[in-house]
Amino acid sequence: MNASIPFRQPPGVAEAAGSVSEGTNRRVVLGTDRPMRLDCGVELANFTVAYSTFGTLNADRSNAVMVCHALTGDHFVTDYHPVSGKPGWWSMLVGPGRPIDTDRYFVICSNVIGGCMGSIGPAETDPATGKPYGLGFPVITIADMVRAQKLLVDHLGIDKLFCVVGGSMGGMQVLQWAVSYPEHVFAALPIATAARHSAQNIAFHEVGRQAIMADPDWCGGDYLNQGVRPHRGLAVARMAAHITYLSEAALHRKFGRNLQNRQAVTYGFDADFQVESYLRHQGITFVDRFDANSYLYITRAMDYFDLAAEHGGVLANAFRYKDGPTPVRFCLTSFSSDWLFPTTESRAVVHALNAVAANVSFVEVATDKGHDAFLLDEPQFHQVVRGFLDGCAEHRGLTRRRAATA
Amino acid sequence: MSPLDDTSSRNRRSGTIRLDLKLIADMVEPGSRVLDIGCGDGALLDFLVHEKGVDGRGIELSMDGVHTCVSHGLSVIQGDAETDLKDYPSGAFDYVILSQTLQAMRAPRTVLEELVRIGDRAIVSFPNFGYWRIRMALLWLGRMPVTERLGYEWYETPNIHFCTIKDFTSLCDRLDIKIDRSVILGRDNRPTRLASADRTANFFGEQGVFMLRRNGTHG
Repeated sequence: MNASIPFRQPPGVAEAAGSVSEGTNRRVVLGTDRPMRLDCGVELANFTVAYSTFGTLNADRSNAVMVCHALTGDHFVTDYHPVSGKPGWWSMLVGPGRPIDTDRYFVICSNVIGGCMGSIGPAETDPATGKPYGLGFPVITIADMVRAQKLLVDHLGIDKLFCVVGGSMGGMQVLQWAVSYPEHVFAALPIATAARHSAQNIAFHEVGRQAIMADPDWCGGDYLNQGVRPHRGLAVARMAAHITYLSEAALHRKFGRNLQNRQAVTYGFDADFQVESYLRHQGITFVDRFDANSYLYITRAMDYFDLAAEHGGVLANAFRYKDGPTPVRFCLTSFSSDWLFPTTESRAVVHALNAVAANVSFVEVATDKGHDAFLLDEPQFHQVVRGFLDGCAEHRGLTRRRAATA
Repeated sequence: MSPLDDTSSRNRRSGTIRLDLKLIADMVEPGSRVLDIGCGDGALLDFLVHEKGVDGRGIELSMDGVHTCVSHGLSVIQGDAETDLKDYPSGAFDYVILSQTLQAMRAPRTVLEELVRIGDRAIVSFPNFGYWRIRMALLWLGRMPVTERLGYEWYETPNIHFCTIKDFTSLCDRLDIKIDRSVILGRDNRPTRLASADRTANFFGEQGVFMLRRNGTHG
């Protein structure tokens, strides 16, 4: 398959090439000069990517930090989310004076391709048919997401990112960035992630996808044309996934076996337990802000991720660069109670980096909050992010604060 | 934490470090590649990076130590030297440092061999169990010594493989490891005029600092 997917430019969102735009919820049309080739062979031309930036790009364009979002995240990393009205998913970490300090760094975060918050994805309109792509959208990979981000960074006139940072699926993108573009990344901060998606994780994703596809309102992926949405299937997918983001200790602390608004069990199938009620709430609120087909595509991208595969099955080879180690400085972080991306996965990356004598730091943060810890208030974790970035900034010669910015 | 009960190893603000660490730092060429194993809170590594411009990395077992190091911008991994050293390619570093940690290793002999494999030079320091005060404590009190430098009771110490300077040099001989330099420290970390080959070094040295390389290599 080698079709070209053209994309008609929406009015009022075009940006002149080379301009640096600040602000939230911007859109840019990429692949205008030449189409971007996806791993599946399809070429994407004139496709939209939604993104936000925070802070100011300095004169020599050396202070840009790319933040990569997780599976169901988006580019509303620190400002208020337009749908949920809640603060951004990393507002604790990104902002003025925060560990990823927007007084010092120019932060870029884009909605991944395949997503549903403004970047091209299955819910967007196919100009060839005038209807949503649905399952006609090509299957994308983590590397494809990163290719699109690279085009965005080029568009912003930035040759070398100071740092690429992200957790979970975002961490996969960080690793991919460092492997695909070692000359264009100074430092990489992959958090709670892995160099490949494990069989167990693929299995969980398959449960989610089957829940969506089993919903009669999914309509073979054509629900947007049918005027319905597979709310129930998507909610179940989210409920199952959400359990994997937490730990038994976190669930127990939050809910235990406490009952929801009642003194005794009902001997029925209402949400007797608080934990049931919580999961139902997670599922219901998720369907308001996420597209079911996007969920299928993005989970698939994670499933296909295997950095070693294209390097002869030897992960260390992914980090070789011109007969030596990758020039990228790494810091990996894992969380002790994360069973979705356990510490062993991060350690495997560390060992591979050691095998080429790359510059790597690695910290396991002790917490009982599970995989979700990277989104929560974990002071030790935040200290590590701040310290690593400060140390890298020193090596890169970045001045503190805005004094030397353009 | 270092297996020695000593937390006052560094003063970041004044740029000074403990005397025995300074001795090690003096052995390191500026701008070289250095791996500090069991780097603790990063005192030596911090000094080497900022005062001698080395490309420094560290391995540390304790979570607190790693947090301190990484939060201060040092490149340190949380890991166990005895399982992680085998990952590194041969000759990956100019110097590999094992400061006051050998005696806490399960397999010190294997670790020594790894040190001279992945480093062109290895710098090893350890407390000398043949030191006269330790001998006296055993002789007169009949008890395992608990000193300022070895501040653990026998039942809680992480130090499981004590050796004397004599033991160490004879192991190096057996492993065909060459001792390039040695400094024997007396009380209060003060260097003595003794060399490791001196008969009295094993008696008067409280600790030893050794620069090693694999025999047959030179440079």
